[in-house]
Amino acid sequence: MRVPLSWLREYVDLPAEVTARELAGRLTLAGLEVETVDALGADLSGPVVYGRVLSIEELTGFKKPIRFCRVDVGRANGTGEPQEIVCGARNFSEGDLVVVSLPGAELPGGFRIGARKTYGRMSAGMICSATELGLWEDHSGIVVLPEGFGEVGEDAIGPLGLREDVLDIAVTPDRGYALSLRGVARDAAALYGVELRDPAAAAVAEPTGEGHPAEIDPALCDRYVLRGATGFDPDAPTPLWMKRRLHQCGVRPVSLAVDVTNYVMLELGQPLHAWDRAQLRGALRVRAAQEGEKLETLDHVQRSLDADDIVIADDSGPVNIAGVMGGLTTEISLTSTEVLIEAGHFEAMHIARASRRHQLSSESSRRFERGVDSAVQLAAATRAVELLAELGGATVETAYTHLDRTVPREPITVRASHAGSVAGVDYPEGTTEKWLSAVGCEVERDGDLVRATPPTWRPDITDPNDLAEEVIRFEGYENIPSIRPLASGRGLTASQRLRRAVGRALADTGFHEVLNYPFVGQRDLDGLQLEADDDRRRALRLANPLNDEEPLLRTTLLPGLFKALARNVGRGFTDVALYETGLVYRPRPDAPSAPILPVDRGPTAEELARIDAALPEQPRRVGAVIAGNAERAGWWGPGREAVWADAIQAARDIARVAGVELEAEADQHAPWHPGRCAALYVRVDGERLLVGHAGELHPRTVKAFGLPERACAVEVELDRIERARTPVVAPEVSTYPVATQDVALVVDASVPVGRISEALADGAGELLESVRLFDVYTGEQVGEGRKSVAFTLRFRAADRTLTAEEASAARDAAVAVAAERTGAVLRG
Amino acid sequence: MSAPNNSFDPVEVTPLHPDEVARMREEALAAIEAAADLAELKEVRLAHASDRSPLALANREIGALPPAAKADAGKRVGGARRDVGQALKARQAVLEAERDERVLIEERVDVTLPWDRAPRGSRHPLTTVAERVADLFVGMGFEIAEGPEVEAEWFNFDALNFQPDHPARTMQDTFFVEGPDGGPSGLVMRTHTSPVQVRALLSRELPVYVVAPGKTFRTDELDATHSPVFHQLEGLVVDRGVTLAHLRGAIDAYVEGVFGEGLRTRFRASYFPFTEPSAEVDMECFVCRGASVGDSDAACRTCSSEGWIEIGGCGVVNPRVLTAAGVDPEVYSGWAFGLGIERTLMFAHGVRDMHDMVEGDIRFTSAFGSEN
Repeated sequence: MRVPLSWLREYVDLPAEVTARELAGRLTLAGLEVETVDALGADLSGPVVYGRVLSIEELTGFKKPIRFCRVDVGRANGTGEPQEIVCGARNFSEGDLVVVSLPGAELPGGFRIGARKTYGRMSAGMICSATELGLWEDHSGIVVLPEGFGEVGEDAIGPLGLREDVLDIAVTPDRGYALSLRGVARDAAALYGVELRDPAAAAVAEPTGEGHPAEIDPALCDRYVLRGATGFDPDAPTPLWMKRRLHQCGVRPVSLAVDVTNYVMLELGQPLHAWDRAQLRGALRVRAAQEGEKLETLDHVQRSLDADDIVIADDSGPVNIAGVMGGLTTEISLTSTEVLIEAGHFEAMHIARASRRHQLSSESSRRFERGVDSAVQLAAATRAVELLAELGGATVETAYTHLDRTVPREPITVRASHAGSVAGVDYPEGTTEKWLSAVGCEVERDGDLVRATPPTWRPDITDPNDLAEEVIRFEGYENIPSIRPLASGRGLTASQRLRRAVGRALADTGFHEVLNYPFVGQRDLDGLQLEADDDRRRALRLANPLNDEEPLLRTTLLPGLFKALARNVGRGFTDVALYETGLVYRPRPDAPSAPILPVDRGPTAEELARIDAALPEQPRRVGAVIAGNAERAGWWGPGREAVWADAIQAARDIARVAGVELEAEADQHAPWHPGRCAALYVRVDGERLLVGHAGELHPRTVKAFGLPERACAVEVELDRIERARTPVVAPEVSTYPVATQDVALVVDASVPVGRISEALADGAGELLESVRLFDVYTGEQVGEGRKSVAFTLRFRAADRTLTAEEASAARDAAVAVAAERTGAVLRG
Repeated sequence: MSAPNNSFDPVEVTPLHPDEVARMREEALAAIEAAADLAELKEVRLAHASDRSPLALANREIGALPPAAKADAGKRVGGARRDVGQALKARQAVLEAERDERVLIEERVDVTLPWDRAPRGSRHPLTTVAERVADLFVGMGFEIAEGPEVEAEWFNFDALNFQPDHPARTMQDTFFVEGPDGGPSGLVMRTHTSPVQVRALLSRELPVYVVAPGKTFRTDELDATHSPVFHQLEGLVVDRGVTLAHLRGAIDAYVEGVFGEGLRTRFRASYFPFTEPSAEVDMECFVCRGASVGDSDAACRTCSSEGWIEIGGCGVVNPRVLTAAGVDPEVYSGWAFGLGIERTLMFAHGVRDMHDMVEGDIRFTSAFGSEN
């Protein structure tokens, strides 16, 4: 809502020294956020004066007709001689009163006026158009003022209102009343403690008879006013002041009849409609549209109406979508002389839905959906017809239609101290009554209680806290003290701490965190080489994605990581390791849609379960990609390329943070290389639980995402790793010496090392401290299809120094189990 | 070793002969003097002062001498060994000093050589800033609450007093999730962290003091100041006798914790369906502290010379929200706030463009290390 300050001052006696900026500051703190203060004409400087055209000489021989004018500007030019000005406009005659900017003047936009030679003549100044003066947009010619508007030679800047401060207010959805000068004036008056001159307060004479016949459905429209004006002069121009104000408020001047309806809407907040009464057929009915009814609206769009739309219909059918937009055929035109003004109070939510349904957001619908004063319709319609009479020579019909089915509002009862206890401030006695009265409530004090009946223009005030807000915003939020709250919580949960620690661990091992968007497309899933029936293809779909290529929600973190990797590589980084911790969205098969539960009570367990059933599973995962060198080359020697094992180790490092061991097993799982992919498991209550995969990526995936060759990746589900956590029991640290035994075993080349070391550990018994692989050998010495694996076993007892025999016996037991399970043979 | 022999003449045992002892002593002293470094001196020590050195062997012979001769021989050999020991010690000191002076210097390396064989990574500053802010509240005894990112409309809107057709519901440009048949699913990408308020109230014992950091989603195209995916930190307190004064204290704690002491904050009345009264929160511009307002020569790009920076929204929990969450608004009241993590990062670390936060360029993230 744009509010010209001089207009506002017509209704509020703000102290003269109050600047627009200061007012803006106070309104903003009180809830009317002034986004900008436009100082229109601030860069304008005179002399800009009234002039009278004395003579016009038509110059010929140029591409367009040009006039050489002599203009009387009185003594404003210092000489009293006529000013000679070349002018390209043609919409004026000798004797017209015009606006002249003299040399030295500067017009809005830094346009300096000088004396210069043009079209072969000296031109000393300019006869101004509305656009040049910043009045409104009009390129059809110069401004010709009505006779008597001003005296020749006198300054025109002030009288024309060329300088104006306009507040641009971003009105929140609850404060519909502030979409009018009247509403802003009321808050301004309260803020400065001055009287409000309510422009809607003028008494309206009772009707002398019935106006245009009308019927309303009170569920859709509870007040409806129709007032006629006859004998309107369609050629009557809109006065300069009105056009200027409309322009300052961001409304384009059109014609007097339309301008008047807009002007009154800005003034009072009531959207009006003006019909050409001659085009209406019979009585008007405010009713629900019938499904399939059609109406061509003012914007020349043929619209199919919905049974939820409110329409105004005459005998021929719908003529308006109520409160949203009028129909084309009955609209006031440039020849209309019989005008019927409508002011209705339409049900807000119907207007909101209609506006969205028809994608028609108008000045009118914006106001109705935020709430319009339910008592202002008669004042607004009357104001409009009176303006048509005053400015357009019409006669106001004294008979009119006023249907009132409004229901008086019930009072809201609160403790007088309520606002204070919400704010945490001890407000003086009477504070609540004072401010509630200021915003228009009828207030009654009853002991400790205050009964406040909100005014008709504040449909947003329904609850005790709404009343508290009115009190607090005028008392000032700045007067609320600052007291630090103190609670007694238990800190972060184990899961929250783990998440942070995993991030730190990955960062410490070379991975950079990225936060990717969760939006993916079919192409991404194809790039992962997923089979048609892969679960990860079952993804939630957005109804309104930003990018039609990415309408799905991720079921895996990998595509985002791949793209971030490719982006970094594209920017010249060859060694890149990235990770992300975040949710993936896995829809449940046959999930029902989520119910909309009641809000007048808490939900039941069963109701919450229905919501849970509709929600996708949203497990938290950690994913990582790595490409290029895992260790850099340098003066110390060559680097070490990242390989599948780095990805698996990253998974182990993640699990290690949680104190959980992962078991790896060869697997074939997209998007990994089928020979270099590990499925990773944890043990939960003895059961094996899959937590994710790691390894080298499939060459097709590498190609699809444009990744460096042999890039590696890991993705594990943190929630599942957490499930394997068990409380740590502190080990007893033995101070007896260690007994170390190395064993080299020859096995079939296909036997995984993991199984051998597991067998050794199982067989070694409780003296075993650790088992660690230190060499893998294949070659002639062990034979085709065989490999030698060498382990160091460390033994230690808690209570004694082990003898060589004990250590050897434990080693032999370990080897025996390995031999039994894997066919391992001790290498001779 | 021979048996005691009273008639034995010590002079006749060659190693104990005074000349011989003197020679061994001289030889040892000369070798010590000749040792050029600590390694050579170690060899010399082995040759002339160890258990198998000539003097040590000579010393062993003393035991076999007749008592009368023992003292004389002992004195002679002992003196020689003492001299050798002292000479070794002295030479050791000299050579160690020399090593300290010269050799360690010669062994010097270029300590500016890089050793970044194993590169270090980093955590995203949005993550660490969110943790920092959350920890300010954890320090005041708040706990961290969480909720799903794909959320039921009821939690995201209805329970928060967004009425079905109210314009407020369309103010937040929502990503809607399609149902399996292409129809409505009742699910949205949460547009704010506020649904966690309702979840916290439903799942926790009262009183509730929580913050909820997390991802939020709106259909804004990515540009310098907008992103369809962004992060908020919600705060919620529901207790008996809760007032706006405590809310102010909580906001001040955030500003002080992140931006330092002495910055004023202000509340501007505003509107959110789930709070009533509601306010927008501004903090004094930490760069110009208001000095740029109305001074075109000292324009401030941080606050656009407004003097204030908008940091979030807040208010008293609308009793209707408490009702929908099964909390009796006659007994309990509460307040809530929402802070923008991206804005916090932008202001706290001078990030100019949202693109930097979402693209995952390692140069951006690296600058913040793993705990900024």
